Amino acid sequence: MADGSIGLWTVPLAVLGGAIRVSTPFLFVSLGECITERSGRINLGLEGTLVMGAMSAYGISYLTGSPWLGVLAAGITGALLGALHAGICSLPRVNDVAVGIALMLFGTGLAFYLGKPLIEPTAPRLPAIDFGWWSDIPQLRAALRVNVLFLIGVLLAPILYWAFRTTRWGLLIRTAGESSDAARAMGHSVLLIRLRATMVGGFLAGIGGSFLSLFYPGSWNEGLSSGQGITAVALVIFARWDPLLCLWASLAFGGAAALGPALQSVGVTSGYHLFNAAPYILTLAIMIITCSPKRTLTGAPAELSITR
Amino acid sequence: MDFGRISRRHLLQGGAALTLGAAAGARPAFAADTTIGFIYVGSRDDYGYNQAHAQGAAALKKIPGLKVVEEEKVPETDAVEKTIESMINLDGASLLFPTSFGYYNPHMIKMATKYPKLRFEHCGGLWSDKDPKNAGSYFGYIDEAQYISGIIAGYTSRSGKVGFVAAKPIPQVLRNINAFALGAKLANPKATTQVIFTGDWSMPVKEAEATNSLIDQGVDVLTCHVDGPKTMVENAARRGAFVCGYHVNQSPLAPKAYLTGAEWNWEALYPKFVKMIAAGEAIPNFYRGGLKEEIVKTSPYGEAVSAEARKHADEVKAKFLSADGYAIFKGGLVDNKGKTVIAAGTDRGQKDPELEKMDYLVEGVIGATS
Repeated sequence: MADGSIGLWTVPLAVLGGAIRVSTPFLFVSLGECITERSGRINLGLEGTLVMGAMSAYGISYLTGSPWLGVLAAGITGALLGALHAGICSLPRVNDVAVGIALMLFGTGLAFYLGKPLIEPTAPRLPAIDFGWWSDIPQLRAALRVNVLFLIGVLLAPILYWAFRTTRWGLLIRTAGESSDAARAMGHSVLLIRLRATMVGGFLAGIGGSFLSLFYPGSWNEGLSSGQGITAVALVIFARWDPLLCLWASLAFGGAAALGPALQSVGVTSGYHLFNAAPYILTLAIMIITCSPKRTLTGAPAELSITR
Repeated sequence: MDFGRISRRHLLQGGAALTLGAAAGARPAFAADTTIGFIYVGSRDDYGYNQAHAQGAAALKKIPGLKVVEEEKVPETDAVEKTIESMINLDGASLLFPTSFGYYNPHMIKMATKYPKLRFEHCGGLWSDKDPKNAGSYFGYIDEAQYISGIIAGYTSRSGKVGFVAAKPIPQVLRNINAFALGAKLANPKATTQVIFTGDWSMPVKEAEATNSLIDQGVDVLTCHVDGPKTMVENAARRGAFVCGYHVNQSPLAPKAYLTGAEWNWEALYPKFVKMIAAGEAIPNFYRGGLKEEIVKTSPYGEAVSAEARKHADEVKAKFLSADGYAIFKGGLVDNKGKTVIAAGTDRGQKDPELEKMDYLVEGVIGATS
């Protein structure tokens, strides 16, 4: 069209753009949680880790002027929170789900407290790579402005898939998750494996948070996460603890989040509450389709407190 | 921000009034050591609704003899009653500002009945004759400022498409959207205003997606009615679109893209309330006003605003400030479904209660209320 609008093409384009823009935090948190759960522990605290990561990344980027240092700081913060979770859970008779909920509240509360002075200033953001240079359509170019973190996440999924299957570390994590007795019989400390797996999981979740505050939506405020960390943890379950499925599920969630606003912008205005709820409807639908009362979920690590 | 001068003036006036009031012994409850409590639903530096109130509270802090206590992120539940009780019993607050809409009924009403000697002021316009006399509502006709923003947006938009990121289709929000759209049409009769509802007051990812979708549709000037406009302002500016702000001045976030904005002017109103109390006057239970009453204001124009746009907007602003006032919602108004919502010949002035029930989007708005 002559006036620069692209009409109904907005919807698929927004879903594509949304899949790229919105999915990254889901991707990092779910991959991190995938590692943690494969080792036999659930860390529900990743919502708190995500928010802490977002806050610390924004703060460090603002103070040092380097967004990449911010990303690193977010990862370290996440790893420390992961260590805290694993440390508490290694005490006898501690329930990892309960600790996770406590850490979720702790992480968000601490981030809101420390993040107070960060709401006003504007911190340097992460750069975007322009993959749409070949196109004249500004809308397409905007949708294809991709952040490096997204690419790292996309690469990480197959790498993790490969690592779980073929590397020694992957085997150890899976052994700890399937049978802690077997791991112990092999002479490994299950607690140490889980500590490391939870720290790596926290590291990735923290980086997911840095994407929120440093790239998209791209500033620190208290409503930033609005439950994305929790959604990503749920996503691991219906991705069947498979890193590749985590990638597809994250992309689907990102696209679904963009659907509501995009449909309204082309004039499909009835029932926008329903479209805005698309990610949650998707979760419910997949849960209903995949669950069965007759068997436990396939792929679930046997040592997880929810399957044991 | 440029309200230092106003505050200093109010500081002198307020100080003088307080001294007078104390000397005359008119209201011993409001002696020089008056404590005022402010309660916010969100964070007080959110670049939005709560920050606007906090700026009003900050103006009171500068008045000698006044002590201001504040609490942030108080949910619209029993929690606000507990906060009010503790402000009264522990801090000795005698004037309270529970600023969020949902605090009013039943929470603030209950507290006002329990403490009949203290004064409660609620932002929103919900007070009715049945409510306690020591409670009051104040609110601003911020659609006047949105109308000015609309005029500027209409002149600045090259595509003739302006956009509005809105939270929920409630009357207040619809009134802002309609005022903005009518302003844009005044500047450019062909201008359309496209609206996207995000569904809630603070949804940063949805707001960013809505902003991107609108720009993908060719919209090149945006405004919003959500609690924290920061996300919309920053994301629109990154895409090269212009923005009009809301609640407070967001120009520091996007100095080049910021055209103007509809701001609350609580830093002018709150000292007035304190002055009235100190002088022994009763604050009207129902206190409303717009640009003329200094309850709302517009942000200074950004550099991208053309001389023509400034001139037209200033003319309309002068009409708002004049004794006769100016009606945004004039007779013969048609909604975007083709239905006449205001009959020809009946202009609805700002104070018209019919406008409080607005449930339509005017002609020229692309979007629906449900």
